[in-house]
Amino acid sequence: MPATLSGQLINLLAALLLLIAFAMITQRRILSLVNLFAMQGLVLALSTLIVAYSTGQGHLYFSAALTLVLKVMALPWILYRLMRKLNVQWDVETLINIPSTLLVGIVLVIFAFNLASPISHMAGTILRSTLGIALASVLLSFLMMIVRRKAIPQVIGFLAMENGLFFAATSSTYGMPMVVELGIALDVLVGMFIFGIFFFHIRETFDSLDLQHMEKLKED
Amino acid sequence: MEALSVLAIPLCGGIVLALWGHKTWAAELGALMSLATFIAAAVLAVRIIDHGPLLVAQELVFIDSFNVFLVALTAFVAFTTSLFSRPYMRIEQHHGKLSPNMLRLYHSMFQLFTFTMLLALTTNNIGILWVAMEAATLTTALLVSLYRTPASIEAAWKYFILCGVGIAQALFGTILLYFASEKVLGAGGGALLWTHLNEVKALLEPTVLSLAFVFLLVGYGTKVGLVPLHSWLPDAHAEGPTPVSAVLSGLLLNVALYAVVRCKVLVDGALQNHMAGNLMMGFGLLSVVVAAFFLSRQKDIKRMFAYSSIEHMGIMTFAFGMGGPVATFAALLHMTVHSLTKSAIFFAVGHASQKAGTQIMERIRGLIKLSPAVGWGLMLGALAILGMPPFGVFTSEFMILTATMHSQPWATPFLLISLGVAFAAIFGKVQPMVFGETSVQRLPHPPALIPVFVHLGLVLMLGLYIPPYLADWYREAARLISP
Repeated sequence: MPATLSGQLINLLAALLLLIAFAMITQRRILSLVNLFAMQGLVLALSTLIVAYSTGQGHLYFSAALTLVLKVMALPWILYRLMRKLNVQWDVETLINIPSTLLVGIVLVIFAFNLASPISHMAGTILRSTLGIALASVLLSFLMMIVRRKAIPQVIGFLAMENGLFFAATSSTYGMPMVVELGIALDVLVGMFIFGIFFFHIRETFDSLDLQHMEKLKED
Repeated sequence: MEALSVLAIPLCGGIVLALWGHKTWAAELGALMSLATFIAAAVLAVRIIDHGPLLVAQELVFIDSFNVFLVALTAFVAFTTSLFSRPYMRIEQHHGKLSPNMLRLYHSMFQLFTFTMLLALTTNNIGILWVAMEAATLTTALLVSLYRTPASIEAAWKYFILCGVGIAQALFGTILLYFASEKVLGAGGGALLWTHLNEVKALLEPTVLSLAFVFLLVGYGTKVGLVPLHSWLPDAHAEGPTPVSAVLSGLLLNVALYAVVRCKVLVDGALQNHMAGNLMMGFGLLSVVVAAFFLSRQKDIKRMFAYSSIEHMGIMTFAFGMGGPVATFAALLHMTVHSLTKSAIFFAVGHASQKAGTQIMERIRGLIKLSPAVGWGLMLGALAILGMPPFGVFTSEFMILTATMHSQPWATPFLLISLGVAFAAIFGKVQPMVFGETSVQRLPHPPALIPVFVHLGLVLMLGLYIPPYLADWYREAARLISP
């Protein structure tokens, strides 16, 4: 595959990643949110695969496979199961002020591009423009965590943030060293299990997964 | 060999106690494991003092005089905390707050938490450092919510989410650091190894590193509890079981600050200016001032001492940021004495609130009548943390203040006023809790007070006399951090 074609494919996937990040902010249905998360994982795995193919970095094939297994299969599957057990798969969250949230999102994207621009043009890889997109999707996931008031969407925002970071790692460098990548994957997986345990504890204690009940601990 | 056994013992302990942690002898086994870890750490420390830095396991484990002192301190506090938690957890079980399964979770996670702390300290790979810091959040999140009360679940959720988001920023910083180092060292495992980075730090791209440091400071700073990223800290300390509060304050905050300082060394080398130090001084001073003024408004005793931890971490961050041999020496000493004093205070506070049946300070009265040891432990601990001579905290704070007057005179009034405000707040609240009419009851099991007085004794010793080999050790570490 010529370098320009793979570069363009990666730019396309990066744009998709950003679009998915915006879609996640506005998605009210929890089930669709998990689907979006799985799609984001797929885009990530594809882009890693293309980078691996075009640069010939062997270990990136492995990390593409790891992304596919962890983020497209394992994590969404765990989330589906949890939602079925907690019986919240048809939950719809009321989001107020979607337009203004989106405006804030656009400002964040511009900020991320500005922040990344002096670094991006130092990147020797084929992925010059993508560091800004990676940072933007991290910030957008952060925004999503702030505006969501329910436990599961907040966790999906957290995981999407990790996706953005992973994209930053593959786009600015050719992926982190293997041992670090495995460690991060293990942390994410264990973290997901602990989130699952928390969902049950929160439901048991507060009778819902709405985080609005959890505002007792405040400085007065 | 010694280096690896320091890591292997708590890891095995975590696995073994995950299987048998509900048995009655689990607390003793846990204490034994912690003792073994401490002995291994002590042997390692002696070896490093005699033979200099150590690099093992394909350069993945690196121990020099800076981290070996923290390894020894971490293993020591973990050991004394396991001694304290034995009767403490029995009493909690007696009061019906804990089931055997919760105890199993506690014992296993305590060992794994020790493992993550020691891994974060000894690893040479800054990527693994990140993984270990995140794993530390994972192991303690369920411990904070151990009692399953609404408040504890809220605190644990807040802790998990805030530290998770914070540490994600640190990952971005690590990625940027790798991006810069890969240009110099080439792709592959070597580009994240601290020893390699330290050799080429002057060649790293300054723009990238300055951006990386901002992310790293915000990320690890969340775990240090720097204002304005501190809001998880008082909640997690107040709602979790007391041994967990003791290790959070005594170990986790230190190790997070260690991560910041390690990164600062690289950034300073690349930038050749004082940007990293200035940022740390700003965050540190803000933490000191804000925490001092929050102290007087607290009603919950563990919450109050949690704010005191924020204040002291701020002092250390400020001192490391200031740099120079005296300030760095003092910051290292302050790390040691704060960790020892604060865990001693939490041990005493734990038993005091068990005796009173509450953590609300207004309802804890006259500890000294029924149990002089707990009362004096709390009183002396409070005096020590407030920086009264002859305790070690006085020595380190005095050194930091003199260094400040010398190189950053503008900051001196802020520090002095904050220390004064903190003194008024804490002393005014601890005094009626210890003296006066009593409101407390006897405990079903004898409390563990030896760790309290051992810690306070060590802090007293460090205030009166720092053994020459320890002083050399600090000086050597200070030279590594701030040449």
